[in-house]
Amino acid sequence: MELNQFLILSAFIFAVGVYGVLARRNGVLVLMSVELMLNAVNLNLIAFSAFNQNINGQIFALFIIAVAAAEVGVGLAIILLIYRNLRSPDLDQVEQLKG
Amino acid sequence: MLNSVWIIPALPALSFVLVLFFGKRLPKRGAEIAITAVAASFIASCWAAVEWIDRVNAAEHGASIGAFFGKSVMFSGEGGAAVEPVVNSVTWWQNGGIDFGVGTYVDGLTVMMMFVVTLISLLVHIYSTGYMHDDRRYTWYYAGLSLFTASMLTLVVSAGTLQMLVGWELVGLCSFMLIGFWWEERENSRAAIKAFLMTRTGDIGLMIGIIVLFFAVGSFDIAKTNAYALNGASHHDILLVASVCLLIGIMGKSGQFPLHTWLPDAMAGPTPVSALIHAATMVVAGVYLGARLYPVFYEGFSIFNGGINMMALVGGITILVGASLAFVQRDIKKVLAYSTISQLGYMILALGVGAWVAAVFHLFTHAIFKALLFLGAGSVSHGGTHHSFDMREMGGLRKKMPITFWTFIIGSLALAGIFPLAGFWSKDEILVNAGSNGFELFLVVGLAGAFLTAAYMTRCVYLTFFGEYRGHHHPHESERSITTPLVILAGLTIVAGLINAAPLGIEKFTEWVEPTTNFPDLVHAEFDAPLAIISVSIALFAIGVMSYFLFRREESSALKGLTQRNRLARTGYTLLERKYYIDYLYENIIVEGIREPIARAMYWVNQNVIDALVNLVGRSAVRVGRFAYENIDQKGIDRAINASAAEFGVAGGELQRIQSGSVQRYALYIFAAVGAISVALFVLSVA
Repeated sequence: MELNQFLILSAFIFAVGVYGVLARRNGVLVLMSVELMLNAVNLNLIAFSAFNQNINGQIFALFIIAVAAAEVGVGLAIILLIYRNLRSPDLDQVEQLKG
Repeated sequence: MLNSVWIIPALPALSFVLVLFFGKRLPKRGAEIAITAVAASFIASCWAAVEWIDRVNAAEHGASIGAFFGKSVMFSGEGGAAVEPVVNSVTWWQNGGIDFGVGTYVDGLTVMMMFVVTLISLLVHIYSTGYMHDDRRYTWYYAGLSLFTASMLTLVVSAGTLQMLVGWELVGLCSFMLIGFWWEERENSRAAIKAFLMTRTGDIGLMIGIIVLFFAVGSFDIAKTNAYALNGASHHDILLVASVCLLIGIMGKSGQFPLHTWLPDAMAGPTPVSALIHAATMVVAGVYLGARLYPVFYEGFSIFNGGINMMALVGGITILVGASLAFVQRDIKKVLAYSTISQLGYMILALGVGAWVAAVFHLFTHAIFKALLFLGAGSVSHGGTHHSFDMREMGGLRKKMPITFWTFIIGSLALAGIFPLAGFWSKDEILVNAGSNGFELFLVVGLAGAFLTAAYMTRCVYLTFFGEYRGHHHPHESERSITTPLVILAGLTIVAGLINAAPLGIEKFTEWVEPTTNFPDLVHAEFDAPLAIISVSIALFAIGVMSYFLFRREESSALKGLTQRNRLARTGYTLLERKYYIDYLYENIIVEGIREPIARAMYWVNQNVIDALVNLVGRSAVRVGRFAYENIDQKGIDRAINASAAEFGVAGGELQRIQSGSVQRYALYIFAAVGAISVALFVLSVA
């Protein structure tokens, strides 16, 4: 296995995540795309960790998973409130901060 | 005891502090502390007096005894043994190699003064428990009395002129506080200020005198000053200047003409305070200074020459001025105040004619009988007229207040100089010495004063105690705390003169009190029986004449309406009524004369110089301000701020567009920025 294979996969997942965040209108899917980006980063870290024989990367990945779980909790709560207020998870309608 | 007399002023001083801080909480509101302290001082003074007398006696019985006891006793050239004063002093501060000491200087004069001051003060303290009982500032009153006593004792025991000045000023301060004790009435506080300012006027003289003496002698020490004055090498001119300056101080403090006008006004204070001021503290301070630094005056005024000198002249004028003014007073305390002025005149006259012992002896006897008279007047107002001193509201109190009446009679007779009361011996001694030392003019003045004194006291006694009661109250005898001091003082008045009764061969006072070192050789005149008879006859004659007119006033038309009918009499009466226009001179001519032109000049300067200056500054400031407002503020700063604000407004309008409110648009910016930064970093790292 080459390191490059992991990096390419990781970059691909990250790109998918970016696309999801920017293009999807459903808030839940945007949140899922954020998770994809985070996991792409995790994959990167673990790959480097395995190839460099250094445990630090894996520990860091574990921390990211824990933080991501918390972030999803907060994110889902926000989405839920948006849904309750606007009767839709559509992020295009969230424009109250327009200057 | 003679070495630790500092304790005598220290006790009342301590009591002042204690009464001030704790007095109000005590059952007797502080009076007990003050009385205990002054009583202890009195006992200590008596003890000191006994020791001093022992010392004098030991010296007289020959040098062998003195040497045996190891005391500093030695024979002087002539006239018995010299008794050195007991001096103790410590350095207060040092400056330029000169020691400024505080200490105690104890000789016969000091011991006598301590005895008088503590005795009178003790009696006044006791008397005040009754007299001041209902006063709202009772505690503060006792604190004031304590401080007053302490200050006077400090003055009396001081070893140097500088320390004396401190005591002197403290006495002045205390008299200010106590004269204005009932300051709620404007008149009283004015009297206090007047007393303070007039004595201060004299104090300038005193201060200059002390400074002159300091530079002449090189020390503030009393013994050295006196020795300097007598050593023959001193400059007569310096002594003359010093003694004139000191005499001005004495004139202010001891109420000598022309600085006497504060003393009658000082009657505004509580009566026991008047007694204290007139008998034991305040006013006798001047006479004490004259006696203490006597060699300076003796040499400075060349008293040994006889004739006329300034000191005797001041005293002589004061006797006549005081005694004549006492005639027209309606207030019993003012009669006594003018009589004090007149009697102080006798003391200064005595000093001026070389009768040192007579002066000091008169101080001693006068303190006793004048305290008696003042306390008697207080008793009259306390029991007889309910705090009025106007003799028009008195009369007929003889029956109602027998103790006050008889003690007052004794005091009055003593004041008039009737044999054998205290006043007779001392006044007679002054007169006989004036005659024998070559001051015949002042002998006549003294006799005239004796006549006036007897006459005005007769008037005073008649108006107070005889005739019909003219007041509106129910007179009754005062309580025990008031009459007890009266009786004690009356007893002393009868016997006090006998300690220096020359014809009986008793001259203890001279023996004990007159200094034997650093003192001019004064000639003591022999007792002159004809003169004594003449002076007593004059006094009796005055009493007789006055009584005749007073008791037969109803029948005798000669006196009735005299001032209306006779122009000369009216002029004289008006002159006396207006106090010889001296107050008028001070208040209307001198004060107005100084105040008006100076005030006007000050007003002119104020209007034309200071105001103009202020206005100029003000207007310039306005002009500068307006220029700054128009040019700098408006055109410079405001424009810059407005311009920048407008710029920010434009920029904000531009930037508004990117604030879409859409979360995903923001995310796009973020990713775009991250992408741009990544590209930039990549390019940079490659390059």
